[in-house]
Amino acid sequence: MNTNAMQRADFAAIANWIKPDARVLDLGCGDGTLLRFLAEQRGGAGYGVEIDDDGILACVRNGVNVIQGDLERGLSGFADGSFDYVILSQTLQAVRSSERVVREMLRVGREGIVTFPNFGYWRNRLHVFRGRMPVSDNLPYQWFDTPNIHLCTITDFENFCREHGVRILERIVMRDGSAIGFLPNLFGSLAVYRFERA
Amino acid sequence: MDGTQDKLSVGAVTPSVARFDEPLKLRSGATLGGYELVYETYGTLNAGKSNAVLVCHALNAAHHVAGYYADDPDNVGWWDNMIGPGKPLDTTRFFVIGVNNLGGCFGSTGPRSVNPATGRVWGADFPVVTVEDWVASQARLADQLGIQRFAAVMGGSLGAMQALSWTIQYPERIGHALVIACAPNLSAQNIAFNEVARQAIITDPDFHAGHYYEHNTQPTRGLRVARMVGHITYLSDDEMASKFGRQLRNGKLNYTFDVEFEIESYLRHQGNKFSDYFDANTYLRITKALDYFDPAAEHGGNLSLALEPATASFLVISFTTDWRFSPERSREIIKALLDNRRDVTYAEIDAPHGHDAFLLDDARYHRLVAAYFDRISKDLGA
Repeated sequence: MNTNAMQRADFAAIANWIKPDARVLDLGCGDGTLLRFLAEQRGGAGYGVEIDDDGILACVRNGVNVIQGDLERGLSGFADGSFDYVILSQTLQAVRSSERVVREMLRVGREGIVTFPNFGYWRNRLHVFRGRMPVSDNLPYQWFDTPNIHLCTITDFENFCREHGVRILERIVMRDGSAIGFLPNLFGSLAVYRFERA
Repeated sequence: MDGTQDKLSVGAVTPSVARFDEPLKLRSGATLGGYELVYETYGTLNAGKSNAVLVCHALNAAHHVAGYYADDPDNVGWWDNMIGPGKPLDTTRFFVIGVNNLGGCFGSTGPRSVNPATGRVWGADFPVVTVEDWVASQARLADQLGIQRFAAVMGGSLGAMQALSWTIQYPERIGHALVIACAPNLSAQNIAFNEVARQAIITDPDFHAGHYYEHNTQPTRGLRVARMVGHITYLSDDEMASKFGRQLRNGKLNYTFDVEFEIESYLRHQGNKFSDYFDANTYLRITKALDYFDPAAEHGGNLSLALEPATASFLVISFTTDWRFSPERSREIIKALLDNRRDVTYAEIDAPHGHDAFLLDDARYHRLVAAYFDRISKDLGA
């Protein structure tokens, strides 16, 4: 495991869910660290989608497949059901049309996996209670420069799934890399979900 | 620029000639009895003969891909910014081959060669050759050089079509394909521009039905117009606007049909330069090869089926302002590769220059190609 993957607790959770040799599409794959991690752990054919030039270059250096494109514009280049899993890792909160992205994930993939920072985490609530927007390891931006335009809580996301025909198959809520069982919407800082079309 | 001033140049180079006596059956049904290919190489073929990279040329280029000629240092290879020691395709690690395609006019057998059957110059009788024919002839050159498998085949535009065709025709002989500014076939608009170019040549009174050599002339005017039309499609609207805009050559309108706008001057210059060194019969054939290229055609238009035999890994690059072969056309290739679960990297370079961007020195583009060749090099254990 490389150091970058160590820092991303959600990677291990995702790797545990993915069946060996599955076809994986990672949306907003950045430098391809997750894909590389999955290839090393689970094998299979992985592809990333990334908009940023530096991300594409880093993926080439990381030896992973990547397609340059804007996931906000839909996944029209990908056929229905062409992937076993479509992953959106710590990106859901930064996309403009979260609803469309989730719909596209389940068109292209049999299952979707998302991870996002839980805005309901008690430290975030404390920031807001004190009258400030939260700034933390998971949410490292100031309000004026954050790419995170669609932050949500665990309860918000689960309501969204219910209302949009998305069946949640598995959930892990984490803090500092360990799973949180008790009052996860309060004590968990990072949520990881696996879901399919209901 | 004089090639001797570039510290990362492969240096002075010398072309070689390969002779092939075994007849080559062409797509058209015709057979070419024997032929010669002129080529250049840079770098050193390793002991395992695993580090060879074939660079395929587009419409107007040839085997002189990198370096310069000792007796003509201004004659720098057409992709010299890409190929050399320390350049993206690094000749200290790879053995690079450039070849003038069959039917060309820079030394390989073509319309200007003598037809051994008649003892006369081929002229109009030289057969029409296709991308597939070129690839077949390149494979024979590889045989002669003892190269069983290319580490990569690389090209831009029509050159990229050859790289793509390599992955279908000889899947076991190519590790990676670098497919740059490509399209899986020509659109009606692309064919239309080619047809205008051909008509310009064919209707030139000096064309003499393609046998102009016998009349000691050539359809210079037609070739000039053909190149002017082509050149418009290589540049983006924005690039033309920023380079020339509505600038006037002499600062005022003269109400004549002489050159007035800078763009007119530029196109005429390009046309003149081209008609001095290029052969009209070759131009006709190369535009036909472009028009005919359509690997999906024999699979009912299904590109995914056409690419099924391919086992290579792909780097596909398009340029945002390329309207000749737009990014959408590259995405068709990507879709077909994904359908076949091939390894693929696709980049869309935000460059203002249009189709010609593939020839230009763009840092993001070159960094990406360099990183990709690093990966190939690592795979080779070189």
